[in-house]
Amino acid sequence: MIKKFDKKDEESGSGSNPFQHLEKSAVLQEARIFNETPINPRRCLHILTKIIYLLNQGEHFGTMEATEAFFAMTRLFQSNDQTLRRMCYLTIKELANLSEDVIIVTSSLTKDMTGKEDVYRGPAIRALCRITDTTMLQAIERYMKQAIVDKVPSVSSSALVSSLHMVKMSYDVVKRWVNEAQEAASSDNVMVQYHALGLLYHLRKNDRLAVTKMLNKFTKSGLKSPFAYCMLIRIASKLLDETEGGHDSPLFDFIESCLRNKNEMVVYEAASAIVHMPNCTARELAPAVSVLQLFCSSPKAALRYAAVRTLNKVAMKHPSAVTACNLDLENLITDSNRSIATLAITTLLKTGSESSVDRLMKQISSFVSEISDEFKVVVVQAISALCQKYPRKHSVMMNFLSNMLRDDGGFDYKRAIVDCIISIIEENPDSKETGLAHLCEFIEDCEHTVLATKILHLLGKEGPRTPQPSKYIRFIFNRVVLESEAVRAAAVSALAKFGAQNDDLLPSVLVLMQRCMMDSDDEVRDRATFYMNVLQQKQKALNAAYIFNGLSVSIPGLEKSLHQYTLEPSEKPFDMKSVPLATAPLSEQKMEMAPVATSKLPEKLAPSRQDIYQEQLASIPEFQSLGPLFKSSDPVQLTEAETEYVVRCIKHTFSKHMVFQFDCTNTLNDQLLQKVVVQMEPSESYEVLHYVPAANLPYSQPGSCYTLVRLPDDDPTAVSCTFSCTMKYLVRDCDPNTGEPDDDGYDDEYVLEDLEVTVADHIQKVLKPNFGAAWEEVGEDNEKEETFALASVRTLEEAVGNIISFLGMQPCERSDKVPENKNSHVLFLAGVFRGAHDVLVRARLALADGVTMQVTVRSSDETVVDIILASVG
Amino acid sequence: MDSPILEPSLYTVKAVLILDNDGDRLYAKYYDDTYPTVKEQKAFEKNIFNKTHRTDSEIALLEGLTVVYKSNIDLFFYVIGSSHENELMLMAVLNCLFDSLSQMLRKNVERRALLENMEGLFLAVDEIVDGGVILESDPQQVVHRVALRGDDVPLTEQTVTQVRHLLPSIHSLVATTIILWS
Repeated sequence: MIKKFDKKDEESGSGSNPFQHLEKSAVLQEARIFNETPINPRRCLHILTKIIYLLNQGEHFGTMEATEAFFAMTRLFQSNDQTLRRMCYLTIKELANLSEDVIIVTSSLTKDMTGKEDVYRGPAIRALCRITDTTMLQAIERYMKQAIVDKVPSVSSSALVSSLHMVKMSYDVVKRWVNEAQEAASSDNVMVQYHALGLLYHLRKNDRLAVTKMLNKFTKSGLKSPFAYCMLIRIASKLLDETEGGHDSPLFDFIESCLRNKNEMVVYEAASAIVHMPNCTARELAPAVSVLQLFCSSPKAALRYAAVRTLNKVAMKHPSAVTACNLDLENLITDSNRSIATLAITTLLKTGSESSVDRLMKQISSFVSEISDEFKVVVVQAISALCQKYPRKHSVMMNFLSNMLRDDGGFDYKRAIVDCIISIIEENPDSKETGLAHLCEFIEDCEHTVLATKILHLLGKEGPRTPQPSKYIRFIFNRVVLESEAVRAAAVSALAKFGAQNDDLLPSVLVLMQRCMMDSDDEVRDRATFYMNVLQQKQKALNAAYIFNGLSVSIPGLEKSLHQYTLEPSEKPFDMKSVPLATAPLSEQKMEMAPVATSKLPEKLAPSRQDIYQEQLASIPEFQSLGPLFKSSDPVQLTEAETEYVVRCIKHTFSKHMVFQFDCTNTLNDQLLQKVVVQMEPSESYEVLHYVPAANLPYSQPGSCYTLVRLPDDDPTAVSCTFSCTMKYLVRDCDPNTGEPDDDGYDDEYVLEDLEVTVADHIQKVLKPNFGAAWEEVGEDNEKEETFALASVRTLEEAVGNIISFLGMQPCERSDKVPENKNSHVLFLAGVFRGAHDVLVRARLALADGVTMQVTVRSSDETVVDIILASVG
Repeated sequence: MDSPILEPSLYTVKAVLILDNDGDRLYAKYYDDTYPTVKEQKAFEKNIFNKTHRTDSEIALLEGLTVVYKSNIDLFFYVIGSSHENELMLMAVLNCLFDSLSQMLRKNVERRALLENMEGLFLAVDEIVDGGVILESDPQQVVHRVALRGDDVPLTEQTVTQVRHLLPSIHSLVATTIILWS
């Protein structure tokens, strides 16, 4: 009958598929012949094949159907046909999760796994372990142990791999088989060795000592299996990483020795392990790079790919180490495998000279449409890096990027291009207009809301300051007409910025705003109405505060303050200045290079560090009356790294107080510290009000104690102060093993390093995207200017760095980057002084013998200006 | 660097696929939850096929995964692993699968022959990869363990053996008939 079926197919065409028109219900119907006696192995085999084929095609089997088929199948164990029996095992595995009561075949499988037929034993073990749960496992434990050390490799391998699968489910049972696995590891069979090593590692991976011992044993005795070697290399490099072992450790020697293994798989694994090690020097990389270089000319595409991909990674960190391979890489840029060619070119872009850039770019553009998105992102990243290295090449790059932007591609790819163009624009003022033009063209037909809003924001920021701002208006307004709500809202904000900056455009912008006020979406309408009213006032200060520079408060903080306000209704209007400021201005953070394997994690708006501190401090009763937290500093270490007690301090500034948080760790396992406080002796008129002790400080569990200090009222200019700190506590000795403390204790103290409070602790960084507007907004009422000579500083970069870290203010308009070969520079800094006073600093720097600096400070409060100038001097 | 140190593990293979020259699935086995639903799997297979069927190269990076592949006449074989995986290990699996099938199908690695020996394919893959762990990489061993009796012999011989297998029962049938007659 089956033969006939095949023949019919043959006539209907050679490309036909005997399984093509299978109906699940018909196949299940056919499965009834399993119950016929005698069993017809050939027909039953064919039906089982059909069932597995259907499952494989993704056909869904209901529990009833699966169970029925499963039970019918169990009868086939009566047949002794080998292939049929093997197909039964497969069916059991496929149906294990679908059918009920699969454990009824346990005894049949146990019989097969211990029987005489070696062909049955391995597969029977694998099938059995699929249907076994923890309780059943105990019953077959004896057989599993025997199977692991069985002399037939397929039996031993099957038992080892199945054990590995079951580690997840019943670790405690499998753990007892360690001795058997150990014995299997010395097997002559390469696969058994590999599987035994894998199982042993999984059972011991939490015990570093055992892993080290195991490594020592196998690296000395040597292994036969290349797979096992690869596994061993991975274990060794993980251990090196965890123990931060130096590169003179025997583990590193082992990995390096594997570079001389005769199997390419092992050599590559070792080279890749060395390349991925953190802090590898060029000299340590050299042997790995030279084997990779050899692989570049291998006839096997996979090997060439692996080699060039790894070299590409090396080139990111150590371009000079790869220069030796340039010639081999040149040969690969015409490789028929486009992935290899792309990687070769991007590597060369990192290692080659400026002169070769044009040629390489031409080569890559000839086939960029053929490569996958992942590699296109690699190309874009290479270009981005290149633009920073050779700023003069930006026109070539910009052209190339704009062509890529027009091609089809996924979100990650487009985002990479847009980010790259934006970073070029920010680095090179010359490329701004071409770059903006390309981006304008892109948003005309852009399906990604995130990118469109990002570009609109950029247009709003940069567009008004270009020579011809009017040409961007059309692109922006088109968005208002055509796009989704989020994009429309972003477009409205961008438009407002044009109106605020350019007086001659204002009337047209107002007309467009009027149109936006009739939008169907309320967010768009709200924004339009708001901007319309602000713009109509025609006041520079209003524009600066509400259109250019926006809110600088932390969003979770604002939410909490508003909630608080609604809980306690009062006559007073809500005070915006009571809201804590946002700590890290996000827009200035360098975008991180997305790894090739694109992560799909959504970026969550995590509460900032400061919001967490605010919460913690508010829970301590003594600190509840202090008002909102103004600023928290980075932790300052008050002890050396390897001392008995490790203490670091975080300075929290409030409007009239400071709280010092001491995070203490006790590294002595025979001591329990109690009532820990840090006593502080101020050098100025600061007044220590209160100590909050840490009640208990057991071994290696960090605890915090606090000191509350009042800032001097009478002398507002006393912003800096030095505190000498001493930690005082009650020691109770305890048993290192049990942690049981003695009944009696004694007082002791420990001298810490001095703690400095500087002007930076009183100022919170705030990013003003448009510094000029903010400068005008604050006005010149409290302006003061002074000139200083910085004798000890040799370069402008150094001076800029020093000023920023000293004042703790946010550099604006990317003025923290000093262009090369210039001997003058202007630095713009913005911040908010404790008590909610805006501070802006403009520092003109000139390089002669030393650096001369003219500092201009503006603020809403005169004292603040004095404080800043006094502290700089 | 962007990739962390590899967690040492035996779980190497994420999927084994065989597609025909229309990109339709002939065989697919996924060993982890990278593509949990049939719909996602089919979309992935479509993407893979589009990117690979025209070129004769044997390795690619797709959707953050390393794909090694090989085509023969009207079949496309794929082995898929993490992008941090040793490419040569995946290649070893692919070669083992192909060589085993080649022996089992008597060098006749094409769609039709494969479809007539699906059970052989199922058993072979079961011997090569178990739950993502490479079980065996030597094609000789795989062929030996699959030990397909019938399908190892060409069709004509097979029919003869089958008939011979049936002979005793025919004999007995004839015998009983004769007894009845007499």
